[in-house]
Amino acid sequence: MCLAIPVRVVERLAGDDALVDVGGVRKTISLALVDDVQPGDYVILHVGYAIQKLDTEEAARTLALFAELEATVPAAPAEAGP
Amino acid sequence: MNDPRLPPEPPRRPKRDYVRPLDLKHGRIDMTHGSGGRAMAQLVDELFLPAFDNPWLAQGNDQAAFEAPPELAAGGRLVMATDAHVVSPLFFPGGDIGCLAVHGTVNDVAMAGARPLHLAASFILEEGLALAELARIVESMARAAREAGVAIVTGDTKVVEKGKGDGCFITTTGIGVVPAGVRIAGDRARPGDAILVSGTLGDHGVAIMGERESLGFSTRIVSDTAALHGLVAAMVTAVPDIHVLRDPTRGGVATTLNEIARQSRVGMLLDEAALPVREEVAAACEILGLDPLYVANEGKLVCICAPEHAERLLAVMRQHPLGVQSARIGSVHADDHHFVQMTTAFGGRRIVDWLTGEQLPRIC
Amino acid sequence: MKYIDEFRDGRTARVIASAIAREADLARRYHIMEFCGGHTHAISRYGIGELLPPNIRLIHGPGCPVCVLPIGRVDSALELALERGAIVATYGDCLRVPATGGLSLLKAKARGADVRMVYSAADVIRLAQEQPAREVVFFAIGFETTTPPTALAIRQAEQLGLANFSVFCNHVLTPSAIANILESPEVRELGTVPLDAFIGPAHVSTVIGSRPYEHFAEEYGKPVVIAGFEPLDVMQSILMLVRQLNEGRAEVENEFARAVTRQGNLKAQALVADVFELRKAFEWRGLGVLPYSALRIKSAYAAFDAERRFGLAYRSVPDHKACQCGAILRGLKRPQDCKVFGTVCTPENPLGSCMVSSEGACAAHYTYGRYKDAAVPTP
Repeated sequence: MCLAIPVRVVERLAGDDALVDVGGVRKTISLALVDDVQPGDYVILHVGYAIQKLDTEEAARTLALFAELEATVPAAPAEAGP
Repeated sequence: MNDPRLPPEPPRRPKRDYVRPLDLKHGRIDMTHGSGGRAMAQLVDELFLPAFDNPWLAQGNDQAAFEAPPELAAGGRLVMATDAHVVSPLFFPGGDIGCLAVHGTVNDVAMAGARPLHLAASFILEEGLALAELARIVESMARAAREAGVAIVTGDTKVVEKGKGDGCFITTTGIGVVPAGVRIAGDRARPGDAILVSGTLGDHGVAIMGERESLGFSTRIVSDTAALHGLVAAMVTAVPDIHVLRDPTRGGVATTLNEIARQSRVGMLLDEAALPVREEVAAACEILGLDPLYVANEGKLVCICAPEHAERLLAVMRQHPLGVQSARIGSVHADDHHFVQMTTAFGGRRIVDWLTGEQLPRIC
Repeated sequence: MKYIDEFRDGRTARVIASAIAREADLARRYHIMEFCGGHTHAISRYGIGELLPPNIRLIHGPGCPVCVLPIGRVDSALELALERGAIVATYGDCLRVPATGGLSLLKAKARGADVRMVYSAADVIRLAQEQPAREVVFFAIGFETTTPPTALAIRQAEQLGLANFSVFCNHVLTPSAIANILESPEVRELGTVPLDAFIGPAHVSTVIGSRPYEHFAEEYGKPVVIAGFEPLDVMQSILMLVRQLNEGRAEVENEFARAVTRQGNLKAQALVADVFELRKAFEWRGLGVLPYSALRIKSAYAAFDAERRFGLAYRSVPDHKACQCGAILRGLKRPQDCKVFGTVCTPENPLGSCMVSSEGACAAHYTYGRYKDAAVPTP
């Protein structure tokens, strides 16, 4: 139920609707809860509605954070499982 | 009409044995088609017989009799399987209820390592079903049967009132023969065995779901429905001592493996990173909150074999058009709980349990 | 899938895991509660617990809206379906919640009730348009993520003049649940549930922003890190919480910066404020009656309020005697501590709501984790 996923806006349709794409699957959703969405933008989709725009710069920053962490780890163990 | 200026036309009387043919373009099934009377006979004569076209059906009996296949004399065994098909919608990307009905039962027979011989087909038709749709279904069944090298040798038709049946339900029963020395069964998985799968998971289920308007998504995924006996034959020729074969239909690979684990009284460990899944199938499952492991397939098989045979089998499978993306997805080990576990691509471990409840109705 | 796969990378997971292992102080324990059904599910599905050192304990809090739905409310929905002849439409998991007499909406459907599963509030509007002669009720549940779509649907119904559409509103508020946990005697005084920090919900926070959590960090001195939905987000957030606790900080940090801002989605918030208002009190299954913890439809939209339209009366119904959902929702007990877990109470035959929703602690443990309780050989 907390199911929400980032999807890419392909094109705006009539009213508040938009066609989005995730992994090649297309869906029509409502953008009524967000403003200023353009094709190419990413939004978070929840129960048929976009609830927020995805800030791609922040996403890149978070991923960069992970990458930084990798650099600080002294030779990360290969498969040291529990 | 009669124009007095023209010479009178010679009287044209319908031929003595003239029967008005079925209106396959605009006609609909009505209750008379199931009553056992003339209308039903016409349905059989004009639709089923020409499509399925084989000497048994042509005889017009309520049953079909045939010679014992040669493998029996050599110590082989007969195999029988049955499947009901209630898929909705009747037509979907990659197939329809007709070919599904053929493939499903051919596959069940083939999973014993058997050569499929003949099929029986019984139809429950809903009053109001368009004859054009029924004709399409029957044509598709006929084609699937021809391609699979089996004949639909006997059948039955019933009609139920409008509202009591969703267009068309088809039950097929098949028989086959498995050669001597081949014993492929669900209780033969052993610790150490390799678990193989013949291709991508979840295609059929996602193709069906994409057609369900209420789910509101569209995809280019088509059903993988196919007859697998050719692939099985190639596999058994290469490795006669395959332990288990099963086609993961409703409930997906997860359900099939749990069944086998229970039957064989073993545990299994899968490797999530090794599961072949198309990107679109993964995406559709994300949207719906489903796990591809639990989504139906109609043209895939799961194979469990001794570890030393895995490479050979994979090579053979990948040579076959229906096994191009075959992969080893895990192995069998001793476990009194008969759990199917999985190392996640993430590095953790989780259980892959039996399916709970209903993922989606009427998927097969 | 972009912005999904990158946040599920196994290698990075191990990197973060080793950082956590390095930085977690062996001399202490870390008790971290997560509050979001999506997090419960992600932790179980990806086996995140496996990757953490043993002195970090993850506690599942009441972040699953289906799990906190009281029996009495489901009974009302059943009344609408079975006795009042309404078409009742709701989200998936809600259909299986067992109410009085073990009856659920799904079982009621088998008895002839017209119950429909929908994936979106918009589907219910469409349904109402297609069935003008029938009453169509949207059994709306969910935390703040799911409330704005319901608000939109009500506004749309008003614009369309849909006379047969109404909403049975069961929307609840996250901060109230957090406050209740923190105020509970077990946490506050007795210390029976040691609670050090919170992983803040992902999508609720995209709507309400990070601001509402500042109160908890200040007032109760517990750090909060708002985590994204994917497993790497959860792991990174655990690392951030470990650091805060080690450094004695109690702040609100936002790991899910790509979707969460301090203010949140103001447009959605305004919409919700237009259509809904706070209820003085509302019963939460397992937590009791909480003040100002849930929403009801404002009088301006009374025409679409199913409770008013049908005169629904609420009767509180206690849980099955053996059910431990209440304790489990508050982190007091674990699923495996419940006597009926996995035997009498299973996903097929749930006694309590923690077993119904795939986000419920019991269902998640049953589906993904129970093998850990058994001595299972690692091949």
